[in-house]
Amino acid sequence: MSQITVEKKVLNENQKLAAELREKFREHKILVVNIISSPGSGKTTLLERTLERWDKSKRVVLLTGDLQTENDADRLAKAGFPVKQIITGGTCHLDAKMIEKHLADWPLDSFDVLIIENVGNLVCPSSYDLGEHLKIVILSVTEGEDKPLKYPSIFVKSELMILSKVDLLPYVPFSAELAKSNARTVHPGIEIIETSSKGDGLDQWIKWLEDKLAAVKSGELVSA
Amino acid sequence: MRFVPGVLMHELSIVSSVLDQLDELKKQHGGARFSKVGLRVGELSGVDVDCLRFGFECVVKDTDWETLALEIEQVSRRQRCPQCNAEFKAENWATACPLCGEAATITIAGEELQIAFVEVEE
Repeated sequence: MSQITVEKKVLNENQKLAAELREKFREHKILVVNIISSPGSGKTTLLERTLERWDKSKRVVLLTGDLQTENDADRLAKAGFPVKQIITGGTCHLDAKMIEKHLADWPLDSFDVLIIENVGNLVCPSSYDLGEHLKIVILSVTEGEDKPLKYPSIFVKSELMILSKVDLLPYVPFSAELAKSNARTVHPGIEIIETSSKGDGLDQWIKWLEDKLAAVKSGELVSA
Repeated sequence: MRFVPGVLMHELSIVSSVLDQLDELKKQHGGARFSKVGLRVGELSGVDVDCLRFGFECVVKDTDWETLALEIEQVSRRQRCPQCNAEFKAENWATACPLCGEAATITIAGEELQIAFVEVEE
C-alpha cells in the first residue's frame, strides 16, 4: 500500500472563488462585511434600523441569505437601498458561488458597501470565505452569555461583536459584562458595540462601518 | 454535487468537496483505487468531526467510494507570542501568552480543513 500526500484545502473551490471576489472588491474599493449570528438574534432588525438611519446618498447594497422565503429582502428593501435575497433551499450557510451569482447584475462601480446577512447559524457560515473584509457576529441578550465559549470559531474570526437587544437587559437574566468577557476570552482584540432596535448604539455602529469604508478607500484596510 | 436528502448541515457539503477532489485525483493517478483518505480538521474550522463522519457514511453509501476509509486528524489551536516567541496550545480558549502575559498572540494552528493524504490500493 502506498500513500499519496495531498495537502489541499477541502474547500479549495470556495477558496479560489472567494479570492477572485476579494480581488474584484479590492479593485473597486468596496467594503464587504459578512454578518453572522444565531437565528432570531436580530440581524435583519439591526439592518432595518441601520438602513432607515443611514444617509441615503451612501451607496450600500445588501445580500440576505435564508433557507426559504423573500421576507427579509422585502423588509430590508423598504429603506430604498438595493437588496437581493439568496434562498439557499436548505443549505445552512452562504458560499462564494452564491455571492458571485447574486452580484452578477449589479455593476461593481455602482456601490461602495456590500453587507451580507448570512443564514442564521453560528457554526457553518464560519467555514466559508465569501471574499469579505470583516466578519461581524451578533449576540443577543436573550441568548446565553456563554455563546462565545460554546461557538468559539465565529467569535475568534469576527472583528466586531454586536450585543443586540440591550433594551431588554432589565428583563432578562443576562450579564452583559460576562458575555463581553467571554467574547474577549476567545478573542482578546474583538471590538464590541451594544445596540437595540430602540436606537441604542446605532450611530456608533454606522460610524464603525463608515470608518471601515474610509479605510478601504484609502487603502489602509485590505482584505487578506 | 452529491446530495443526501435530510442531511443538510455543512459537513455534507464538506464531504462532497472532499469526494470531488478525490475524483479529480483519481483521474490524475490513472484511475488508482483509494482505500483511505486522511483529513486534517482544526478546532477552529467550524467542522464537527462526528457530523463529518456521519455525513461521510451517508454520502459514500452505494457509490464507488463505499469502501473508502476515513481517517481524521484533529488539530488543536496553537498560538505564537509575538513578544517572546513562545508557542503554546490554547487551552480552554485562553490565548494570552503563558510565559510573558502578552494578550495579542497569533493563531498558528487550528484553522485547518485539509485533505492530508490518500492511500492507494496495490
